Amino acid sequence: MSSTLRADPVTTASDGPASGEQLLAVRGLRTSFKTSRGELKAVDGVDLDVAAGEVLCLVGESGSGKSVLALSLLRLIEPPGSILGGEVRFEGRDVGAMPRRALRRLRGRDIGIVFQQPQGCLNPVRRIGWQVAEPLMRDGLGRAKAWDAAVELLRAVGLPAPADKASAYPHQLSGGQAQRVMIAVALALRPRLLIADEPTTALDVTVQAQILDLLRERCRAIGAAMILVTHDLGVVAKLADRVAVMYAGRIVEQGPVADLFAAPRHPYTRGLLRAAPRLGEIGERLTDIPGGIPDLARMPPGCAFAPRCDTRRALGLDRCLDEAPPVFAAGPAGRARCWALAGDAA
Amino acid sequence: MARYVLRRLLLAVPVVVGIMLITFLIKAVIPTDAVTAQFQGQMSEADAAQAIAALRAKYHLDLPWYRQFVLYVESLLHGDLGESIRLRRPVSSEIGFRYLNTLMLTGAALSIALVVGMGTGILAAVRRNSWLDVTATTVGLFGTSMPAFFFGLLLILVVSVWLRWLPVVPRGPAAIVLPALALGLIEAAPLSRVTRTAMIDVLRRDYIRAARARGTGEIALVLRHALPNALLVVLTVIGLQIGNLLGGAFIVETIFSWHGIGELAVEAIGWRDFALTQAVILVSAGTYLAVNLVADILYAWVDPRVELAA
Ligand SMILES: Nc1ncnc2c1ncn2[C@@H]1O[C@H](COP(=O)(O)OP(=O)(O)O)[C@@H](O)[C@H]1O
Ligand code: SF4
Ligand SMILES: [Mg+2]
Repeated sequence: MSSTLRADPVTTASDGPASGEQLLAVRGLRTSFKTSRGELKAVDGVDLDVAAGEVLCLVGESGSGKSVLALSLLRLIEPPGSILGGEVRFEGRDVGAMPRRALRRLRGRDIGIVFQQPQGCLNPVRRIGWQVAEPLMRDGLGRAKAWDAAVELLRAVGLPAPADKASAYPHQLSGGQAQRVMIAVALALRPRLLIADEPTTALDVTVQAQILDLLRERCRAIGAAMILVTHDLGVVAKLADRVAVMYAGRIVEQGPVADLFAAPRHPYTRGLLRAAPRLGEIGERLTDIPGGIPDLARMPPGCAFAPRCDTRRALGLDRCLDEAPPVFAAGPAGRARCWALAGDAA
Repeated sequence: MARYVLRRLLLAVPVVVGIMLITFLIKAVIPTDAVTAQFQGQMSEADAAQAIAALRAKYHLDLPWYRQFVLYVESLLHGDLGESIRLRRPVSSEIGFRYLNTLMLTGAALSIALVVGMGTGILAAVRRNSWLDVTATTVGLFGTSMPAFFFGLLLILVVSVWLRWLPVVPRGPAAIVLPALALGLIEAAPLSRVTRTAMIDVLRRDYIRAARARGTGEIALVLRHALPNALLVVLTVIGLQIGNLLGGAFIVETIFSWHGIGELAVEAIGWRDFALTQAVILVSAGTYLAVNLVADILYAWVDPRVELAA
């Protein structure tokens, strides 16, 4: 019965928990890569919460650890990387303690993921339909039924001529079409959470907005929450319920989108927003704040943003260079890692 | 697909003509012809000269070479491979069962090479840097650098002389075991290496990670997602390896007294039996060509991108 429900993507009844309920809780997550230059701390103590049905946008410069964080949530890190510590709970279950089987069920069935390069994510020698049907068959659907369901899923993501395209091979699709297929695959088993890691970065500008609309529409339809990794502050303003800003392996600020845009507390967030003045226009990119991300294999002891921070200079905060800032309350519902907020918290 | 196959077949035609021309010309570059060789030193000069002239006329050896070639191709097209001067019967009757024997041997050897080579290659790629990987790589290195005849003799020494598991000259079905192992294991070594490299390359592609991210199990990941892609590389190598197997059969068959084409080739050359030699070369080259054709077609069948390019 549940299989037939899953196979019908057009059913919009949300069978998920009520919106607002805690779905994902991440505490102190750390992921490192062993490199020739030493240990590279790509994710360095991340705390993150996602409520059922909400859209959380994860923003930050390239190389700040967003993709590694996304992969770590599903324990998809491979050598030379490893998850060194912290806790990921999904609906209260500890992902790190899950045996293999449970982890496989978590992947796909509870959490779907869409990557940046859709064409590279499709197996070149397998038909599209097979790739969409595979999770359904694993879920117990017969071959023919799974294929029909796959065609329906492809129709639901707006792929033209879905029945024909199901028998096509990946090289016969455009980038936008490939990403539609990947979205269909990721949502085939109606997961509670979709992770979308820069899903439009590799696509033609003309289709970017369509794909983002599709993501939001499909997530709403099945009642899934979404972690959307993006460079684009226009997208954040349009889609996000909450925002998390990542810098050098840490979440430096997170909070409701309206609060964060109206009154950013962390100097890095302020810099990002200053660099993108016309919010609401899709296509606005994070422009560089002077300087760059520090070398993640050679992190300084204090705040990672210190070398680029004008607030530190303005306020003459010396401890920034010696001690990493802890998390402070930032505004009514936000949090930020910055010594300048120490007064607020006290 | 049908068009692709047809195209490949048409492209093979000039190669076939080339093969026939070369086997035909072998005669021309060898200083004594078969008839002369047969009668040398066996009767008086005059008698010999007469007999030679008669036989030369019978085998059209007195015609210019291009007319001989046309006659040769004509007879080939009628399935007539000539008559063996030594065996004194049609070459085709001898070559038929020899060819079957060689097919059996190379078939058995290929199965061994595929199972052992691809099996260890896949395992080594999945369990990279494990003891299994290191062992397979080390053993493979020996296999790659060891000539087939040496390995064959080694097998006889170990299996038949020391362990006495098989007689030195086994009869019946057991006779195929050692030569098949000798050929198959030698070819398993490079196949294992190629499979390992191809699998390692495929296993780090994005689509493997994407499949893992949607809950695909490790076994399905290796066999259903990665292997078909790795096969594209492995298939081209298998095509070449069947050629190696045929070549290796010449030596291994002689060592193990396996009555195949290879043993026949060595004998025919020793007897200066040109019709037989020609036929052996023709059949071997034709087989090689056919194998590569089949490999190409299989490749196109596995890789959906080929047809567009063709
Ligand atoms: N497989 C890997 N091996 C070594 N370093 C890696 C690997 N993957 C990511 N990194 C490093 O981790 C850091 C974070 O990368 P990433 O998460 O991809 O950044 P983002 O997605 O924010 O652009 C970068 O410094 C990157 O070089
Ligand atoms: S902690 Fe200090 S250096 Fe870091 S962002 Fe805050 S003020 Fe700037
Ligand atoms: Mg990234």
